[in-house]
Amino acid sequence: MKKMNNSVYPITKEKEIKFDWQFFFNELKPKGKWLTPFNIISIPIILLGVILIVIRYWKGLGSITNLTQEVPWGLWIGFDVVTGVAFAGGAYVVTFMVYILNMKNYHSIVRVTVLNGFLAYAFYTGALLLDLGRPWHVINPMIGNSFGASSVLFLVAWHFVLYMLAELIEFSPAIAEWLGSRRAHKILSGMTIGAVIFGITLSSLHQSGLGALYLMAKDKIHPLWYSEFIPVLFLVSSIFAGLSMVIFEGTISHKVFFNRMSEKNEKAQNGIIHGLSKICAVTMFAYLVLQFVVFIHGHNWEYINTPMGYWFLVEMFGFVMIPMMLFFYSYRTGNIFMIRLAAILTMIGVVMNRLNVTIIGFRWDAAVHYFPSWMEIVVTMAVIFTEIWIFRWVINRMPVLGDSPSWAKENK
Amino acid sequence: MTDFNLTKPKIMGLDRRVFFKVLGATGLALAIGKKTSAITARKSEVEFNGILYDATRCVGCRTCEYECAKAHELPTPKDEVEAVRKTDETCNTVVNTFQTSKGEVHAKRQCMHCNEPACCAACLTQAMHKNETGAVTWNGDKCMGCRYCMVSCPYDIPKFEFLKTNPKIQKCDMCFDRQKGGEKPTCVTNCPNDALMFGKRRDLIKEARRRIYEKPESYVDHIYGEREVGGTGWLYLSPVPFEELGMNINLQQSSYPALTKGFLYSVPSVDLLLPPLLLGIYAATKNNHSKDEEDE
Repeated sequence: MKKMNNSVYPITKEKEIKFDWQFFFNELKPKGKWLTPFNIISIPIILLGVILIVIRYWKGLGSITNLTQEVPWGLWIGFDVVTGVAFAGGAYVVTFMVYILNMKNYHSIVRVTVLNGFLAYAFYTGALLLDLGRPWHVINPMIGNSFGASSVLFLVAWHFVLYMLAELIEFSPAIAEWLGSRRAHKILSGMTIGAVIFGITLSSLHQSGLGALYLMAKDKIHPLWYSEFIPVLFLVSSIFAGLSMVIFEGTISHKVFFNRMSEKNEKAQNGIIHGLSKICAVTMFAYLVLQFVVFIHGHNWEYINTPMGYWFLVEMFGFVMIPMMLFFYSYRTGNIFMIRLAAILTMIGVVMNRLNVTIIGFRWDAAVHYFPSWMEIVVTMAVIFTEIWIFRWVINRMPVLGDSPSWAKENK
Repeated sequence: MTDFNLTKPKIMGLDRRVFFKVLGATGLALAIGKKTSAITARKSEVEFNGILYDATRCVGCRTCEYECAKAHELPTPKDEVEAVRKTDETCNTVVNTFQTSKGEVHAKRQCMHCNEPACCAACLTQAMHKNETGAVTWNGDKCMGCRYCMVSCPYDIPKFEFLKTNPKIQKCDMCFDRQKGGEKPTCVTNCPNDALMFGKRRDLIKEARRRIYEKPESYVDHIYGEREVGGTGWLYLSPVPFEELGMNINLQQSSYPALTKGFLYSVPSVDLLLPPLLLGIYAATKNNHSKDEEDE
């Protein structure tokens, strides 16, 4: 430490010499058993996905998707991007709680949530590249004379890119701890609070921005799901969507990666889930009130007694109100199982909501409906499985669920 | 510009220093001159070109379809077609035949070239562009193929080549290149029955009103496109209510980009105001932080 502080310049040089390549390459190799059920399912799907992606770039989007001139955005946008980003909302909520509100109890889930968020963004914007017809121009809105500043998508694109950067900075101390680079750890840790503030701001805008994308599709989306309040509804629902994902992911990680968890964090787990359930319940209540106001404001009574109306009621009562009540109830009784159940119901509800706006309610009155082809579904699954692979790889190596090395705690 | 020409002979006999001074002053004058002209251009409202389509004159010969395909190097349309079609990635315009309350009436379809196009507001690379002539055109060097223009267009006009490795967006460009050369769009030039009329949009509206006024029994008293979605470059006259021609009469009268205005305006304020607020909360709770650590 002293030696480093004395020399002002040769930080990078020293790091390069010190960098343990042997360790790095060893870490790249897979650990543990190969023939797990997850691997057996995911490997063929990922391989098939890669083949389909090659076909897609070779023969055009229409070769493997069911997209039409009337429904130009399908599963890859409606599910991968719009729904996936909603579930990644946990990162900005949890960082807000821990770093801004200073709720220290939740500190042990920050890293895994941020990692989850970062990977979700990286993979879902990656999936966006699959959907672009002319992906070699993807850099255009970032550079030069092609700023379409009047476009919601332009803002969403910029906020995505900057937010990924912010999340990477938030997570980077874990990478530094893994590689044992103390100097980098110190610098990167110092950037955390800035990245958090930046990240929350960007999140609030692109979560709502994803909804705002559909504002100009006014005559194409079913009136029960279209209103000028889509951005607000998307933002509010991203809070409980993200937190339900945190609860769900925490439950899975708890079982799968228990060897990577420190005892302290494992004990904190139930308390955290308990606390999150209350936040979910309250935001869901706010969301329901908002939905009700929008419903009344839009004079939508006439649509209720139609098939789409019943579907709307299923979404609102079955997958918002019931999980909300479950969250309230289990917060009172402290029933962790019920909280997990509520989280799963909430997640189904969020998937329903996003798909209702982007796919099911989009051109609901058309003679021929869009339904994703099996190939679109396989590619989507391949994207998700690859993300889980990377997630598992990181969890098994970096101090994400467990405690940081002792030097990192002093290094602040 | 004229200043520059005047000073030019003088500087020939001057030394370098003066030459650069003059050059600098000229440059400044040019820059300022440009600015002023830009302001005047904005003051005098740009007059968009448009096309008036008169369904009472259209005989449904589909000459415009063939000529359009020829001019845009698209496949020649089939001779035998079903009555009601949509434009697609291989044809920028179609003429449909409708059985209406006044018998057979034809209606041409193509991009409406809105005054405030949703597709241009949607485009994040400015590949879709409303030109000063009024034509909405697509630029392949900028487009990244996201198809947000298709999602946004109230008329479902931009068409995407789903089966191409290097897909393009296809739509009517109001023959922008011909217009630049002072020519009329090819469909207007080749219409054998004067169903199409090209001109300044304002003049076309006057002409349309005149036609309705002179023959009120032949027309419904409505110019489609005068107000729909904030006004469109293509204007329609019809002998029957427009819904009988399959036109969407429920579209809002105000412009489509206005739908996202509220959100877009909120972005800079949120980007600027939220960080200081968060920083404030952070600073306020920070004291707890240090206290807690002491407790530990």
